Amino acid sequence: MRPFAYVRADDAAGAVATVAADPEAGFLGAGTNLVDHLKLDVERPGLLVDVSRLPLDAVEDVEGGGLRVGATVRNSALAADRRVRHDYPVLSQALLAGATGQLRNMATTAGNLLQRTRCVYFRDVTTPCAKREPGSGCSAIGGYTRYHAVLGASSHCIATHPSDMAVGMAVLDPVVVVLGPGGEKRIPFAELHRLPGDSPERDTVLEHGDLITHVEVPAYPAARNSAYRKVRDRASYAFALVSVAAVLEVTDGRVADVRLAFGGVAHRPWRALAAEELLRGQPATEETFRAAADAELAAAEPQPGNAFKVPMLRGAVVAVLRDLTTAAARAAGTGEDR
Amino acid sequence: MTLQADPPSSPAIGADLERLDGALKVTGTAPYAYEQPVEDPVFLQVVQSTIARGRITAVDTAEAEALPGVLLVLTHENARRVASTDDLEFAVLQEPDVAYRGQVVGAVVAEDAETARQAAALVRLTYDEQPHRVILDATSTHPDSPDLYKPAAVNPSFETDTEQGDVEAGLAGAATWVDVRLSTAWLNNNPLEPHTTVARSHGGALTVHDSTQGVHTVKGTLATVLGLPGEQVRVLSPYVGGGFGSKGNPHPHEVVVCLAALALPGRWVKYAATRQQMFAFTGYRTPTVQRVRLGADADGHLVAVSHDAVSQTATVKEFAEQTAVVSRLMYGSPNIRTTHRLAVIDVPIPSWMRAPGECPGMFGLEVAMDELAVAAGLDPVELRVRNDPPVDPETGKPWGQRHLVECLREGAERFGWAGRDPRPRQRLVDGWWVGTGVASSVYPAMSMPGNEARITALDDGCLEVGIGAADIGTGAWTALSQIAADALGVGVERIRLRIGDSDLPNASVAGGSSGTSSWGAAIVGAAGAFRVQHGARPAPGASTTAGMLDVPGADDVAQYSFGAQFAEVRVHADTGEVRVPRLLGVFSVGRIVNPRTARSQFLGAMTMGMSMALHEQSVVDPRFGHVVNHDLAEYHITANADVVDLQAHWLDERDAHRNPMGTRGIGEIGIVGTAAAVVNAAHHATGVRVRDLPVTADKFL
Ligand SMILES: Cc1cc2nc3c(=O)[nH]c(=O)nc-3n(C[C@H](O)[C@H](O)[C@H](O)COP(=O)(O)OP(=O)(O)OC[C@H]3O[C@@H](n4cnc5c(N)ncnc54)[C@H](O)[C@@H]3O)c2cc1C
Repeated sequence: MRPFAYVRADDAAGAVATVAADPEAGFLGAGTNLVDHLKLDVERPGLLVDVSRLPLDAVEDVEGGGLRVGATVRNSALAADRRVRHDYPVLSQALLAGATGQLRNMATTAGNLLQRTRCVYFRDVTTPCAKREPGSGCSAIGGYTRYHAVLGASSHCIATHPSDMAVGMAVLDPVVVVLGPGGEKRIPFAELHRLPGDSPERDTVLEHGDLITHVEVPAYPAARNSAYRKVRDRASYAFALVSVAAVLEVTDGRVADVRLAFGGVAHRPWRALAAEELLRGQPATEETFRAAADAELAAAEPQPGNAFKVPMLRGAVVAVLRDLTTAAARAAGTGEDR
Repeated sequence: MTLQADPPSSPAIGADLERLDGALKVTGTAPYAYEQPVEDPVFLQVVQSTIARGRITAVDTAEAEALPGVLLVLTHENARRVASTDDLEFAVLQEPDVAYRGQVVGAVVAEDAETARQAAALVRLTYDEQPHRVILDATSTHPDSPDLYKPAAVNPSFETDTEQGDVEAGLAGAATWVDVRLSTAWLNNNPLEPHTTVARSHGGALTVHDSTQGVHTVKGTLATVLGLPGEQVRVLSPYVGGGFGSKGNPHPHEVVVCLAALALPGRWVKYAATRQQMFAFTGYRTPTVQRVRLGADADGHLVAVSHDAVSQTATVKEFAEQTAVVSRLMYGSPNIRTTHRLAVIDVPIPSWMRAPGECPGMFGLEVAMDELAVAAGLDPVELRVRNDPPVDPETGKPWGQRHLVECLREGAERFGWAGRDPRPRQRLVDGWWVGTGVASSVYPAMSMPGNEARITALDDGCLEVGIGAADIGTGAWTALSQIAADALGVGVERIRLRIGDSDLPNASVAGGSSGTSSWGAAIVGAAGAFRVQHGARPAPGASTTAGMLDVPGADDVAQYSFGAQFAEVRVHADTGEVRVPRLLGVFSVGRIVNPRTARSQFLGAMTMGMSMALHEQSVVDPRFGHVVNHDLAEYHITANADVVDLQAHWLDERDAHRNPMGTRGIGEIGIVGTAAAVVNAAHHATGVRVRDLPVTADKFL
């Protein structure tokens, strides 16, 4: 914990200018993640610009369909939004699977996307961590790996991205709207979070001074049959061991459309494109689901201590897709508009 | 004021009284140690070692001292010498040696807490680091293993090993036998209120607001360690936000804060441990490795019980968990053997955590009993009933009150045990494997000697009852008031209880489930003396201090409480997730002073047992030497959402041997056996026997 300056931003452009001008400055959302890191000495900003009260707290309809979610919309508010619950249940469920009611009442959409890994070594400055201090190595390798990656990791970092919401968003292909020192940028969601490679200190492609202002979720009718399944050691208030976000459309017993993303297994929300590819057009059966999960997991490189994630994730994929198949059949049977 | 006859016609004991301190607590106005209003405080933060074994070779405090607002930096180089190093846990900042990672090796005092924290990080220590060992990898539980040693006694003063009959011969002749290796995890006590000490030295006297389970214990330790006359040390602790044993004895922080207070006379020095620090030096439950061998004859009668337990201790100080002691008395057998061995490694000092000994030991024994029941084709309730011994197998003494069978029967009835299909992995409901399991609970009934209470008649017609007892959230404020009301023959509203102050008459620690029994007995003893001395119409100012009376014949019987716990467990067929939709306990614990506070003791302890079964595990990284999941996001404790249908019941009884109230003690028995019931139910659900806690999802994949 070190002294730092605090200012509350009046407008987005001013916030960006203030942070861009000071290499030691950073944005503060609700602080449920960042304030922990201040206390733990993990983050050492000289100046915090509080953006949590910027007028970016609305969930707006976009002409032609879809939603435009302001960066400061609280997790609870987004989860409870009627349009989100009806059109994108996967997103609402993902939000509600995260943290606790109290935290969700505070946490902002942008802060949630940019929350940092829960790797215990990242959060403990008495141990080396390349994400915290580039080049210092990864203490998790050879250590406590229960919450660590099995996909896309590197020898520099095996951390996972902890957000549930982000996994729910990953299957909706949103656009992240950013105001940077050079003006507005529109970043496809799939490109926002990085894999660690040899620069694990960078979680995302954002540059210093980039402020997330909105997340635009496109219209996607298939998402009405969608779900989020989080597997965790206790029933609440625990990060995911693995999680699955899925959208499934079944026509005549075959997979007409599918999107899958995994949480708890990689440095970013893991869009399971190989599994999606394999599923499309195939019979909606447990065998296909299992084969698809296996196809995605063929690349898995678990650590000693987290190899269980492979069968656990396979099981979760099968369970979610089975449930969505049943739901699709039920909806088709009743002719209900889902 | 008139005192009614004793015993009263409508006793306060047994009344479902709300907590007398409840309103203060829910409104946030009960002053815990850190909230005690003190003038012009300064703030302490500790410096912790970043190696697990070695020596400090250089100390550089310049940067820390240069920080504006820093008043004092203490290390072994400048700290006051302590007066006694008999107990090395309290010889803090005396030597450059480091015995475990996270050890308190320095302290900073500053004008505000943030500066203290920042400055603590600026104290530069150079180490000569030595190789360390922090993992209890007792590959052998054999008592002769060279890595292990035999302590002289186990906590607190039990025989280390016992042997009756010939266990090997018993096993050789058994019709059915099991040989089971199990382990329990390193667990950290996590009371909500962190360990806190606020101290001031003033005119040679030390006043300490402490979060403790025993003000007199802390006072005694501080006086000895700091070399102060006892009457110069006062410790206050009226409200404590939980301890679970970790506040039963002082820990290094109490000494450090007082060393700082002595160095800054006149200033109140405040310290509250961070959650991470509570994983480093405030005590924890040792992991255990156990081997349990049971043999039964063709009728399911035990012909051999053998329990070997290994746990860890620190190089600084010995703590020997009495894991296998329960197997000496739990079931009858002509051949019973128990052993305890310790591995001494470079870890923090293990200590008490709710039901030390009984809790891990009954996990081992009760899982083995279930395995024996399966092997013998016997119902696990029936197996336990068949082996209920008529007298204490260890001492041969008659039982004070052994109602285990009644608990098992009533529990089975309430739980719906009858007709249970014993076969594992038979019931798949909505994608979950479902099973049920049972385990017994036991806890000794103890009273501590040396307790006294002071009764004083006040001007307003009320009676002040003073004893240095502790309410650590258990309900002592309420229960002791009820006991005092009956003993003095007045309504509870006429009792003004005072506790948590070492200026009050001596009280033993809130531990060993002995608090209500010991303090209550002292209050009853003092009330009797008060009546004798002052009659039924005491004048204002009348006062008597007296202690507990001996219960005749108490030593002639074996005094234990018993219980039975039943669990339903579901394990998800696809993902391995484990849930406990039902947990039901029935307990035989003597008379209940207050059903409301008693129920919450049982429910809390059973929840903690569920937590031990499913969630809690301090993960120690062997390379660094410390618990790395050291916060409440990563160290999982059962959450509300995990607790579904939780029920505690008790038999209606009164104990004739322990104390004049007829109670025994209820704080710990609820955590004993729970984890075994869960493991046994998980086996019934899935056919998978998990012998190493916690029972997590990956173990079913
Ligand atoms: C005990 C605990 C348990 C939790 N459990 C879960 C869980 O199970 N699942 C889960 O998903 N999450 C969980 N969380 C994390 C929680 O979701 C995050 O802390 C929260 O979403 C962060 O939002 P915030 O607004 O508080 O962000 P902050 O802490 O304010 O900020 C986080 C980061 O985002 C940056 N930032 C904030 N706003 C902007 C912006 N507009 N533009 C650019 N950068 C910005 C900040 O600079 C900072 O780096 C848990 C948290 C805690 C403390």
